Amino acid sequence: MSSKKINPASLRRIILEESKRAHVGHIASALSVTEIISVLYSDVLHIARPDDPERDRFVLSKGHAALALYAALTLKGFLTLEDLHSYCGDGSLLGVHPERDLVGVDFTTGSLGHGLSFAAGAALAARLDGSPRRTYALLSDAECNEGAVWEAAMFAAHHRLCNLTAVIDCNGQQALGKTADVLQMEPQTERWQSFGWRPIEVDGHDPVALQAAFADAVRGETPSVVLARTSAGKGVSFMEDKVEWHYLPMTDEQYASALNEVAADR
Amino acid sequence: MRKYFARALEDIARDDPRVVLLTADLGFGVLEGFARDFPDRFFNVGVAEANMAGLATGLAEAGYIPFMYSIATFAALRPYEQLRNGPGLHHFPARLVGVGGGFEYGTNGLTHAALEDYGVLRLQPAMQIVVPADDAQAANALHTTYDMPGPVYYRISKREGLHIPALGGRFHPDRAECILDGEDALILSIGAITDEALAAAELLHDEGIRPTVAVVSSLNPGPNEDLKALLTRFPVALTVEAHYASGGLGSVVAELIADNGMGCRLHRCGVSDAPDALSGSETYLNNRHGIDRTSIARTLRESPGL
Repeated sequence: MSSKKINPASLRRIILEESKRAHVGHIASALSVTEIISVLYSDVLHIARPDDPERDRFVLSKGHAALALYAALTLKGFLTLEDLHSYCGDGSLLGVHPERDLVGVDFTTGSLGHGLSFAAGAALAARLDGSPRRTYALLSDAECNEGAVWEAAMFAAHHRLCNLTAVIDCNGQQALGKTADVLQMEPQTERWQSFGWRPIEVDGHDPVALQAAFADAVRGETPSVVLARTSAGKGVSFMEDKVEWHYLPMTDEQYASALNEVAADR
Repeated sequence: MRKYFARALEDIARDDPRVVLLTADLGFGVLEGFARDFPDRFFNVGVAEANMAGLATGLAEAGYIPFMYSIATFAALRPYEQLRNGPGLHHFPARLVGVGGGFEYGTNGLTHAALEDYGVLRLQPAMQIVVPADDAQAANALHTTYDMPGPVYYRISKREGLHIPALGGRFHPDRAECILDGEDALILSIGAITDEALAAAELLHDEGIRPTVAVVSSLNPGPNEDLKALLTRFPVALTVEAHYASGGLGSVVAELIADNGMGCRLHRCGVSDAPDALSGSETYLNNRHGIDRTSIARTLRESPGL
């Protein structure tokens, strides 16, 4: 693992710059997970090289936050700035959702509800190998609408895959509204607990608290789930918890304003 | 065939520690040997096919060769998107085993009738399809294909003791195997219904109509060069399959004929109506839906191209 720390504000700046340059949306979803991605890639994931068979595995099950991942992979040195600047360009491997053909991406995602099963399989493989490597999966809270998530949750708990940690980006926002209005997923803590997981609730924008949660998650004999309480669009006031920023690209004025807010946060 | 296939998988697993077997809570009387001999590599994942496909994806990423076992309809259709986005898009060596083609589950009803399994799976470009015609070919096909780099779907018959002597257990993904020679027409058959196709051809031979019968056991890719060579030799071809007439072998052959500007007239013997809810044995249902030996023989006999 590189000791290089990834500053969440640097991720936010890249997310804004690349979204603007490519004129695409999904900005709020990426801003929602910047601290989670930052802590995972700074302090948690053991990845000596992206092709090391013994690396920890990371599944970005909420694939629409891929830009946050690309930013982290760039700051880690796994991707070049040239790679990053190809985001959403013709012939680029950096699309809105991540593809395994890209260095540093373990699994192709984009359709919700697949990643926790991939991760459970990866964790099972590590156990079969007798390997200490761990598997992490980052899901959105609305993704838990998908029944397949709970199939995977049952399997991982039944087999006590304690080498698996799920992170739920609980921003309370989904494509067409608030999760509380569309399909209530709360109480997440009790739900995961009743499925045999060890829930750890945390402020998903507090890096210190996230570090502690991930340290706690490796303990115990069951899979753990970090329920990260977040805000969609975090760090850009006019985007925070606004449904339209699941989709919209920024105007020039919005971009300038957003960059100012992120710069002030550094 | 399924027990024969399971024994072959046990033999392979003895020599290859990468083989892992997942089942979605099916395989009574079939998978106990594997479970007993390889308890660390056998997982009943519960009645959860979608998760099974995702687990296989995660296992394959780490270098394992996971087999997923279920009844053909449940195996192919319930987790279709998981198969597409998992082993399909990743080009991972996961193996899907679907048991019971066509009406082999007979009185269990239409939910258990696999009439579109390999038809829909062949649309996934990475997915090799293997449909053995008898027990020996199933074992040979498994040994030949189990460590291919991409995903494979095996449609395995529920019937035991299937034996087509003229096939001799031969399997090669690029070959169509001739099991009866004739000069009047071509019958192309896939899977366990090959015994009906062969019986139909023998009925016709008795009447003086002498078709060649060739067995196709792989699709996507299939034995296209062999098929083209065969189709140029006959004015009439008939495909036979325990599958909807659309999407499977009949469609593959129609595409070949059209793509290559061939003049062969094609008839497709498959299930071409929407099945009703009437229950019955496989024999009854094959007859009701026109894929038994009598119906196959009649279709060819009445061909205007003959």
